[in-house]
Amino acid sequence: MKYQIRWALIFFLTPVLLWLFLLIVLPHIDLLLMSFRVEDDYGEMTWSFSNYMNFFNEPIYWLTFVRTAVYSILVTFLTFVTALPVAFYITKVASPRFQGFLAMLLLLPFWVSELVRVYGWMILLRESGVINHFLLRLGILDRPVEMLYNDVTMVMGLVYTSMLFMSVPLISALESLDNSLIEAAYDLGADMWSILFRIIIPHSMPGIVSGSIVVFMLTLGNYLTPNLMGGKNSLWFTEQIYNQFIASFNWNQGAAFGFLLLVLSSLVIWTGLKLTRQKLTGVIK
Amino acid sequence: MIRSLPNSRAYTLGFKLYVILYFTFLFAPLLVTCVLAFNDSPFPSLPWKGFTLDWFMADNPDRLGIFHDEINLSSIWVSAKVAFFVTILSTAVGTCGAFLFEQEDFRFKQALYFLMISPLVIPGVILGISVLLFSNTLGIFFEHRWNLDVGLFRPGFWLVVLGQFSFIATLVTLVVSARLKKFDHTLEEAAMNLGANRAEVIWHITLKFLRPAIIGSGAVAFLMSFENFNTTLFLVGSEATLPINLYLQVRDGSTPVINAISFLLIVCTSMAAMVNLFLAKKEEV
Repeated sequence: MKYQIRWALIFFLTPVLLWLFLLIVLPHIDLLLMSFRVEDDYGEMTWSFSNYMNFFNEPIYWLTFVRTAVYSILVTFLTFVTALPVAFYITKVASPRFQGFLAMLLLLPFWVSELVRVYGWMILLRESGVINHFLLRLGILDRPVEMLYNDVTMVMGLVYTSMLFMSVPLISALESLDNSLIEAAYDLGADMWSILFRIIIPHSMPGIVSGSIVVFMLTLGNYLTPNLMGGKNSLWFTEQIYNQFIASFNWNQGAAFGFLLLVLSSLVIWTGLKLTRQKLTGVIK
Repeated sequence: MIRSLPNSRAYTLGFKLYVILYFTFLFAPLLVTCVLAFNDSPFPSLPWKGFTLDWFMADNPDRLGIFHDEINLSSIWVSAKVAFFVTILSTAVGTCGAFLFEQEDFRFKQALYFLMISPLVIPGVILGISVLLFSNTLGIFFEHRWNLDVGLFRPGFWLVVLGQFSFIATLVTLVVSARLKKFDHTLEEAAMNLGANRAEVIWHITLKFLRPAIIGSGAVAFLMSFENFNTTLFLVGSEATLPINLYLQVRDGSTPVINAISFLLIVCTSMAAMVNLFLAKKEEV
């Protein structure tokens, strides 16, 4: 018996180990090592901090980095604020007959590729776009306005893109909230805001945290939306990484940028978990 | 506040309005994209110039419908091939992972589990560049050591498959694990008492029980792979996948052919989503 169990272990462990070591662990170690390598004057590769020094010495790099981080936090917060009322409506206010239908409707757009969704916004918002067409027709505008390529549009696009990953955990968190808690608070004279801040939000904290982690990570690592909807001045850090890899062909510099982004994302997620006293394994479930 | 409590008219009305606005926000870009796929105008914008199927069917140089557009058709084929291999690989390894973490005990299990879920919090761009760097390092190593030129290590089809597999396998592992948790172990014991060995039990009983989860997660894996952009961007060689190909076209200006492709994608994915939801419902009953 003992002998057989060991065979099963080897059978299951081998593919998983190959996957995790060859595609996750070793590539990331390589990423870290490469970020400390530079070509010296003789064309030889040597160890150096200069890739990281470049990052701190060139304001364009670290400004993009800070901008990306701040905007990602803003997007996460906005996504939460927009999604909470809808999740609450679907689970607690809408008549039970429509609940399943509304929840399904909520998920549907996110099965479609992100590119198609961003493209949809582009043909809505651009200068010759659909919204401009209607505003001109109604006489609200005299001449078309370019609504694409600015930070506000970009943030809206990012909120739109990551909405699903906030609403699903929120809905499942709110489903487990006992209605009688809200009823009791109401009977005791609590107003809407104290019910929101003292019952609804504390109860849905696990959902909020897991939603926020995923939204933050996806926003930070997004390339399409900032690239297609943001303007020339709204560089995203992933675009800097892309530029280093594909345009400048400076892979070592790109590796340093990649590693910095990885550190930032892990750091924010770790802080979020610590602040709310949760564990990653618990949140993923 | 909620269904069972008295609500003011303003509250109910305001809430309804918000939810309607939210769903408009959610569906507007997709709807506009679909409608403009049938507009008889060389640009995907209003005014409406009449209904046409040209962007699907036409076969002349200035209006090339999607069904005759070789470049787009071949990128769809590449994406389908990539998604096929990613699905096979990730369901196989993901199922092994589920068995490993649910049924086996070994040292460092917690650490390995943590490693297994880590791809969920690593931005896709970072996964892409680290796989690219590592395969490049391996390529150089093989060439110097054994004078071997291994095609696999250069950006291209198989590298895209591996890069996507590296995080999609996590999703399959989690979904299949969730199902395996509900497995009734007395079934296994009964089969073993009747003389089956472990492999036979897994093949005839446990895998049968897991089949809905494996098929469901396989479908999601296929879709995720088909639509992946971030990781693919860095690993793609001369054969562009559909999202990469669409991205290049959208960036450099757009024609209603992109709307036609989007329309097909929206219809197909919505249908797949419906089938998936329907099967999930049936499973619950």
